[in-house]
Amino acid sequence: MKPFSYSRAETVADAVAALVANPHAQVLAGGTNLVDLMKYEVIHPEAIIDINPLPMKTIEELPDGGLRIGALASNSAVAYDARVQAQFPLLASAILAGASPQLRNAASTGGNLLQKTRCCYFYDPSTPCNKRAPGSGCAAIGGLTRMHAILGASEKCIAVHPSDMCVALVALDATVEVEGPDGARDIAVCDFHRLPGDAPERDNTLARGELITGVRLERNHFAQHHSYLKVRDRLSYAFGVVSVAATIEIAGTQIADMRVALGGVAHKPWRDQLAEADFAGAPAEEATFQRVADRLLVKAKGQGDNDFKIPLVRKAIVRALRQAASGTPQSQTNKKIQ
Amino acid sequence: MEIALERPGSLTCPLALTINGNPYTLDVYPWTTLLDLLRSNLELTGTKKGCDHGQCGACTVMIDGQRMNACLKLAITLDGTAVTTVEGLGTPDDLHPMQKAFVEHDAFQCGYCTPGQICSAVALLQEGHARSREDIRELMSGNLCRCGAYSNITDAIEEVLAKQATDPSHREAAE
Ligand SMILES: Cc1cc2nc3c(=O)[nH]c(=O)nc-3n(C[C@H](O)[C@H](O)[C@H](O)COP(=O)(O)OP(=O)(O)OC[C@H]3O[C@@H](n4cnc5c(N)ncnc54)[C@H](O)[C@@H]3O)c2cc1C
Ligand code: SF4
Ligand code: FES
Ligand code: FES
Repeated sequence: MKPFSYSRAETVADAVAALVANPHAQVLAGGTNLVDLMKYEVIHPEAIIDINPLPMKTIEELPDGGLRIGALASNSAVAYDARVQAQFPLLASAILAGASPQLRNAASTGGNLLQKTRCCYFYDPSTPCNKRAPGSGCAAIGGLTRMHAILGASEKCIAVHPSDMCVALVALDATVEVEGPDGARDIAVCDFHRLPGDAPERDNTLARGELITGVRLERNHFAQHHSYLKVRDRLSYAFGVVSVAATIEIAGTQIADMRVALGGVAHKPWRDQLAEADFAGAPAEEATFQRVADRLLVKAKGQGDNDFKIPLVRKAIVRALRQAASGTPQSQTNKKIQ
Repeated sequence: MEIALERPGSLTCPLALTINGNPYTLDVYPWTTLLDLLRSNLELTGTKKGCDHGQCGACTVMIDGQRMNACLKLAITLDGTAVTTVEGLGTPDDLHPMQKAFVEHDAFQCGYCTPGQICSAVALLQEGHARSREDIRELMSGNLCRCGAYSNITDAIEEVLAKQATDPSHREAAE
């Protein structure tokens, strides 16, 4: 790790001011991603601003029946919160599908949203990578692409966003609350992460100096019909190869409202609201789910090593929708896929 | 802001924390991890370094009662906290019930992962989410064992969990 200076933020304004004052300063929450990347010298901030003293740990009920999760609430605190489990079981399930108990205790909600890709070239400073060193090229293109994108990739970067939690947040249409030099604003989580395009060094739409302060979830009708299905190389403590967060509101035998978000396939959790809307009123059955999967993957394109992801995620979408429709979400303990 | 370093590398920062019940007042570099502080600065070498990247669980300790990977925690961020390592759980003459169960079930071979396994298992029981063998397996998945002692590790934890469920005094002893 390269040396850096350290300070503790006492207010959000403190942290924002410190970020604005030094373009090479970075905030630290749980540290499970940032400290790791600093050890590999992928990231080497001049100044670390510890935001852990800030009062952003609480999970509170909103007047409209939703929940607000503070940016420093740990992944464990969120996943085991009784209100989250009752109202947003998809979120609890997705968090428990990720990392390990130790890591979830340390990891924060804001840090999870901002975790970097696990592209192995991004992690290896001896290789070219447009995300780590803009303009240097992309070692993944033409290299090992097994874990890379099948949707929304660009000629500059084919990395995927590795989070499980974010896939559920996208399916639940959460809102990210941020505060920066120009005040506070809301960002719809679907617009929070971005596709790589010509600027893969930018993972998201957060402006310099902005801090995540919390995440808001609106009340919904999905608590009965949901599933988070994660497919990975070993049953636990591994990043997803692909994952699916599915929720359906069922009226009689038909789909009233359906949301499908995909993890491990793109630079952001992938969702296609236009496609979802086309299935309103369709029967909630296998044949429909297959059409949903086909529709979501129309533009899917493999990179070679990861061509298998296309049939894999197609099947995972159908399974997750079937699990959601039947009210039997994927267990994150017994990982057998029913 | 309490601490600001003018010249990175030239100065250390003050840190006050409790480790295994003992108060420490220290000066550390901001880039020292809790794991390196324990092992190198304080010679508490019970906590092991496997991967140094959060991938193996050998460095598991409890920070304010919560199990975490000491290799990914900068020590300076832990001002005012209470850390428990394997040295704080029991002594050779007075083993913690989890340590005793690990011995009785032969829940290790080389023993390198064991301190992390034991700290993790003690925290697991305190968390109270494990009710079955299957739960134990999943909730211990953050601790790898290259010797593959998994089934005996699970047996040991299952026994302490069962004793805790039937005998509240055992619960107090285990915590
Ligand atoms: C071995 C291993 C396995 C893992 N497996 C999984 C997995 O299966 N699934 C999964 O989803 N994740 C997994 N993770 C990743 C883990 O979820 C993230 O590391 C964690 O969520 C990051 O949170 P943190 O609080 O530790 O962030 P930090 O490391 O503290 O910060 C991450 C980034 O966010 C910034 N930041 C943090 N908080 C804020 C804020 N409030 N405002 C603005 N910026 C902020 C930091 O500056 C930094 O850039 C794994 C990690 C490891 C090490
Ligand atoms: S895919 Fe993206 S992150 Fe990976 S090497 Fe290419 S530019 Fe870097
Ligand atoms: S040494 Fe910390 S997890 Fe491996
Ligand atoms: S006993 Fe050898 S690594 Fe677990």
